[in-house]
Amino acid sequence: MEITAAEALVRCLELEGVELVFGYPGGAILPVYDALYSAKKIKHVLTRHEQGAAHAASGYARATGRVGVCMATSGPGATNLVTGIANAYMDSIPLVCITGQVPTVQVGTDAFQEVDITGITMPIVKHNYLVKDPEQLPSIMKKAFHIATTGRPGPVLIDLPRDVQEKKIKFNYPEKLHLPGYKPTYKGHPSQVANAAKLIRESRRPVIYAGGGVINSGASGELLEFAEKISAPVVNTLMGLGSIPGDHPLSLGMLGLHGARYANLAVSSCDLLVAVGARFDDRVTGKLEAFAPQANVIHIDIDPAEIGKNVITRLPIVGDTKTVLRALLEKVEPKENQEWLEQVEKWKKEYPLTYNKDGGFKPQCVVEKIYQYTKGQVVVSTDVGQHQMWAVQYFKFNRPRGLITSGGLGCMGFGLPGAIGAQIGRPDETVVLISGDGSFQMTMTELATTAEQNLPLKIFILNNRRLGMVRQLQEFYCDKRYMAVDFQFIPDFAALAGIYGMRGYTVTTEQQLVDILPEIFDRPGGVIVNCLIDEEENVMPMVLAGRGIDESI
Amino acid sequence: MRHTLAVLVENNPGVLARVAGLFSRRGFNIDSLAVGRTDDPAISRMTIVVEGDNRTLEQVTKQLHKLVDVIKITDVTEEPHVERELVMVKVLADRAARLEIMQIADVFRAKIVDFGPKTLTLEATGTEEKINALEEALRPYTIKELMRTGKIAMLRGAKYTTVK
Repeated sequence: MEITAAEALVRCLELEGVELVFGYPGGAILPVYDALYSAKKIKHVLTRHEQGAAHAASGYARATGRVGVCMATSGPGATNLVTGIANAYMDSIPLVCITGQVPTVQVGTDAFQEVDITGITMPIVKHNYLVKDPEQLPSIMKKAFHIATTGRPGPVLIDLPRDVQEKKIKFNYPEKLHLPGYKPTYKGHPSQVANAAKLIRESRRPVIYAGGGVINSGASGELLEFAEKISAPVVNTLMGLGSIPGDHPLSLGMLGLHGARYANLAVSSCDLLVAVGARFDDRVTGKLEAFAPQANVIHIDIDPAEIGKNVITRLPIVGDTKTVLRALLEKVEPKENQEWLEQVEKWKKEYPLTYNKDGGFKPQCVVEKIYQYTKGQVVVSTDVGQHQMWAVQYFKFNRPRGLITSGGLGCMGFGLPGAIGAQIGRPDETVVLISGDGSFQMTMTELATTAEQNLPLKIFILNNRRLGMVRQLQEFYCDKRYMAVDFQFIPDFAALAGIYGMRGYTVTTEQQLVDILPEIFDRPGGVIVNCLIDEEENVMPMVLAGRGIDESI
Repeated sequence: MRHTLAVLVENNPGVLARVAGLFSRRGFNIDSLAVGRTDDPAISRMTIVVEGDNRTLEQVTKQLHKLVDVIKITDVTEEPHVERELVMVKVLADRAARLEIMQIADVFRAKIVDFGPKTLTLEATGTEEKINALEEALRPYTIKELMRTGKIAMLRGAKYTTVK
């Protein structure tokens, strides 16, 4: 029986096990939405902006490990997805994005709501397709899901002209894929693994530097076993937090620009750095020449292009982190590193993560109280800025996929839609959004989606009435010439909660916050807690631009 | 140092844009790029001449490999290989100059492919050095138009840059 390509698309989604689509309809994608009307197994979540759809799909993927699917119409619908796609690309998150396109005959004529979205997204997708032949659609869908979810995951976009959606095809979902140029390496080279075991055995001051690749590959168990076996402290990238329990004695939390001083000192002093699923981002390394200057670097990554990109690697192992760690676990011998671990403990005591508790309501305290009250058993989504850094410094992430945050792109406005995706993906868990007054205002339109979907999000806005991170930068780099960082108007976030059927609170002291925490977490339903924090609190420690990470202030 | 890469790609729409876009956004310099289909119409071959040190080359190669449409990359620079470039050049040629230009063509084994009232058009193939030398030899006669295809290259003997 022949079906339309739009119906075929829906059938492909079902065959890929997709249960959830985030999207926003429009003229050029009408046939797909018409096909979704009859789809029994797929739930469509209507966001209030396409950016929200892309971020929610990304949040869903980050929280569940499954592929996120979003769709939008041509032109502005497609361009509104772009930020979300870039965000997913930078953090290696699997997304399949479907966009409508003007009819084939109009492509290239500057038609109404036409943009070249495959051209626009080329630098920020793993791959994309403009479908011209409807018969090819099932095979393209199969390839898209395969490419998005295998190797180093990432977004794939499929652009579908409207006439293509309407054409009848004989549906046939291919079993096999023909992708001659796409063969990710999963298994590490055995001799490289053996060499790594040797370097580890010879090291006296090893440090493991674990990133989002560990979480993507589900290798947290292996990482913990590996760290314990070779007695190596573990530093995490922002994306890697939760790959090892944050309260584990070997965990040093996040390193880099706003990392704990002891984490940075450990990296600067180590003689062996085992990088696992991390990419030596500039926010991690600071001045490259001063990064881990005494260390041999073993770099385990599924993407060969990351190896040797920023730092010189003594020993590369291309492969899936889980597979490679398992192989490595068989080869390495247990180690003690007594002296080294004592040294690291000493640094932990000497330079703890701390803040000045006097003079106002401190944002760090808000995060600490949330952590203490929930015992860390929640999923935390954040936006981007000071609140994000405080959240990751003072909340200990004890499990993978417990932190949903925008790392590489540093995308303000991700928090709320990201939390929506996370909550829908993990309905039985409490999802906390820690946001700032700047970031929250970027995508707070999605409160309507939150209300419509009855999502009991626990939203904390660390409100300093300004763009705190930019203000902090201007304090250090612009001689306190504060430009365009003070909000002269901010909505009353607590009152806003009421409009969207949530409970709203404004808190100005630690005690007020502590008093309402039981009500926030133990009563069902969503809340917005407007935390009026100290306005000029800075994120510390901080590595100034151009400095080594051992020079944090 | 300059490297010559032979790159096999799937002959999909947009593949040239993907490769060219990758070079520009990552700041790699292309000296020349020649592309055309192979004996298999589903596969095209690009010869890319790129300038950079070994580390840059490593990144170029790895980033190219990440493109789903890229099947195989061979750096032929250090391997024995044959390389050719085609040039067409239109030179002002009055009566006095014609004979000299035809002699130059002869020396470079170039062909006269058009005989205009005031111009001669020459076609030549050869290595980059030879084409450069021909260009220099013709310069005194006023070159009106010149175009080069960019280099194509193939490994010598029993070494192949093929999909299998």
